Amino acid sequence: MNSATRPIVKFRSRGFDLPSFVFSGLTGLATFLIIAILLIILGNVIYIGGSSLSWRFVTGGTQSDMFDVNKAGILPMIIGTTARVLLMTLFVMPIGVITALYLTEYAPATSRLTRIIRGAINNLASVPSIVFGLFGLGFFINFLGRNVDGLFNGADTIWGKPALIWASLTLAVMTLPVVVVATEESLRAIPQGLREASLALGATKLQTILQIVLPQALPGILTGAILAISRAAGEVAPILFTGAAYYMAELPHSLSDQFMDLGYHVFILSTQSPDIEKTRPILYATVLVLLLLTIALNIVAILVRARMRKTLRMLQ
Amino acid sequence: MGLKRGHRANPFEWIVERAIFLIATSAILMVFLIFLFVAREALPVFLGQTNSSLVQEVLPVAKMDTLSPAELQKYLGLTPKQFRELDRDAIQALMEVKLEGASELTKDKDAAVNTTQWRYMLLPHQWSDYDHPVFIWQPVSQIHKYNIIPLAIGSLKLTLVALLFSVPIALGAAIYVSQLAGNRARELLKPAIELLAGIPSVVLGFFSLIVLASFFQNLLGYQVRLNSFVAGIALGLAVIPVVFSIAEDALSSVPRSYTQAALALGSSRWQTAWQIVLPAALPGVFAAVVLGFGRAIGETMVVLMASGNASIVSWNIFDSTRSVTATIAAELAETVFGGHHYRILFMLGTLLFAVTFLSNLAANRIIRGLKSKMEGKR
Repeated sequence: MNSATRPIVKFRSRGFDLPSFVFSGLTGLATFLIIAILLIILGNVIYIGGSSLSWRFVTGGTQSDMFDVNKAGILPMIIGTTARVLLMTLFVMPIGVITALYLTEYAPATSRLTRIIRGAINNLASVPSIVFGLFGLGFFINFLGRNVDGLFNGADTIWGKPALIWASLTLAVMTLPVVVVATEESLRAIPQGLREASLALGATKLQTILQIVLPQALPGILTGAILAISRAAGEVAPILFTGAAYYMAELPHSLSDQFMDLGYHVFILSTQSPDIEKTRPILYATVLVLLLLTIALNIVAILVRARMRKTLRMLQ
Repeated sequence: MGLKRGHRANPFEWIVERAIFLIATSAILMVFLIFLFVAREALPVFLGQTNSSLVQEVLPVAKMDTLSPAELQKYLGLTPKQFRELDRDAIQALMEVKLEGASELTKDKDAAVNTTQWRYMLLPHQWSDYDHPVFIWQPVSQIHKYNIIPLAIGSLKLTLVALLFSVPIALGAAIYVSQLAGNRARELLKPAIELLAGIPSVVLGFFSLIVLASFFQNLLGYQVRLNSFVAGIALGLAVIPVVFSIAEDALSSVPRSYTQAALALGSSRWQTAWQIVLPAALPGVFAAVVLGFGRAIGETMVVLMASGNASIVSWNIFDSTRSVTATIAAELAETVFGGHHYRILFMLGTLLFAVTFLSNLAANRIIRGLKSKMEGKR
C-alpha cells in the first residue's frame, strides 16, 4: 500500500460515526414511514374489502336500498365512472398531445409565449379540484348549457343542468397538464438524429412528426392517457355539481343524463350511512374497486414508463 | 433558409402548423376561462350588488294598480306561471301579507342587515342574541350570516397541521432517496412514494374517517372524534407526494461535481447532503413547500370527510373545524341558483383560485431561477 492511498483507507474505516448514523437513520425512517403508510392503507382496504367483495356486488344494480349489505350492487357506479372517464379521454388526448407537440417541435424555446403556455399548464395542474367543479357549473352548465337550451330547446332544460358530458369536459380541463407533461417527456427523449435523418431524406416537418416522432412517442402518450384516467377516476370534487347523482334508477342513456359514480358513492357510503358498522362491508368493497381502478392503472403507467426509458437508453 | 421557405410554400402544412399553435394556446384560454367564469358568478358580491336583508321596500296595497304586471310579479317574488294563475283578490291578499310581514320584521334589528357586505363578511358583528361581537358563518335559517373568518382560520389551521406533519417526512425521504440510497433502491422507492399520489382523495378521506379517527382517539384520548388534527394528518398524506417529488427533483438537479468535490475533500455522505446539496437546492425545497401549501389549502374531499365541519373560531387542533373548500362542496348543492348564498360560495372559490394561483406563480418562479442557476454552473 503506497502512501498516497492511505488517507482514503483511513477515511473509509473511520468506524462508528454518530451524526452520520443519526442523519441516515432519520431520513431513512421518513422514507420507511411513507412506504409503511401506503402499505397500511392498501393492506387495510384489500384485506377487509377483499373479504366482502363478491361477483354479485360488482355486477348488481341498486334497484333496492343502496345501504342494504345483502342487496346493494355497484355496477351502475362502475359504468358511470367508466363512461365519464372514457369520454374525458376523447376530449383531453387530442388537445394534450397537440399541445405537447407544439411545445417540443414548433415552439421557439425562449419566446415569451412559450413561457406563458408552460406557466398556464403548470397553473392548471395546481388549481384546486373544487374550483374545477365551480368552473364546470359556471361555464359549461350555466353559460354553454343554458345558451344552447335557449337557442335550440326553447323553455326546456336539457343541457343547462348537471350532465355526463359536462362532468367529462370539466375533468378533461383538469387532466390536460397530466397528458401534456407525459407526452412532452416522451417527445423530448426521442433522439434529435431521427428527426434530422427524416428531414434530410426530404420529408416535410409534418410528415416527420406523423411518421417518425409520434410512433416513437406512443408509449409516453399511452402513459399520459393512463395517468389522466387514473387521476380522473378518483376525483369527486369536480363532478359534485357537474354530473354525479346521489341515486338514479336507470343508467345514463345520453350525454345529457346524470350518472352515479364510484368515488361519490364512497363519499355517500362513508358519510350518509344510517348505520356505519352495518354498511362497512359494502363501503370497503366499493373502496377496493375504486382503488383497483386507480392504483392498478398507476402501476401500469409506471411499468410502461420504466420500459420506455430502458429502450430509449438503448437507442441513445 | 431555403428549407424554411419550402415549408411556407406548402399551404397545407402551414395551415396545420397554425392549427397546432392555436390548440396549444388553449391551456392559456382555460386558465383565463376558469378565472372569468368563477369570478363572473361572484361578481355581484364583489360589486356590492347582493342584498340579503330581509327588510325590503314595501308598497301600499293601493299601489297595485299603478305597477305593471311584470313589476308586480317581481315584487311578490313569483314565477311568471304562478303569477298568471292568480286572480286580483289573491294578489291583493299577497300584498297585504307582505306588508304585514314587513312590519313584523322591522322589530328584529338583525333582519335589516345586509350580511353580504364586506364589513359583515370580515369583521365581527354583535348579533342581537349575543352579548359581544362574534365571527359567524351560518348561512341557514332566516338571517344568513356570512362571516368568512371562521372558514379562513379553519383552512389555515388544517393546512398548518398538514404541512407540519408532511414537510419533515417528505423532505427526509427526498434527501434519503436522492442522496443516500443506492441506485437500485432509488428506482424502487421513487415510484413507490409517488404511488401515494395515485390514491384518490376520497379514499384518503374514507381512511381517515373510518380508521385514523378511531386510532388517534384511542391513542390521544381527545373529545371530538373528527377534528383538525385527524383531517390535517390525512391532508398531509395528500401533500407528501407533492413536496417529495418537487424536493427530490431539486436535490437531484444539484450538479454531481458539487457532491464529488465535497466527498473528495473528506466530508462524509451526510455532511455533503446537509451542508452542500441541501443549501444549494434550498430554493427548490422552498418551492416544494409552497406547492404543498397550495395542494393542502385546495384539497376538498379529505377535509370534507374528516374535519367534522363545524365552523368554530378556534386555534385548538383538537376542535372540529370547517374549511373553505368543504363549505363550497357541502353547501353549493342546496343554494338557490343566483341567490346570495350561491354567489358568496363562488366568491370563496374565486379567493381560493387567487391564493393557489399566486402560490403556484411564486413556486414556479423560484424553480425556474434555481434551474438556470444549476444549469449555468454545470
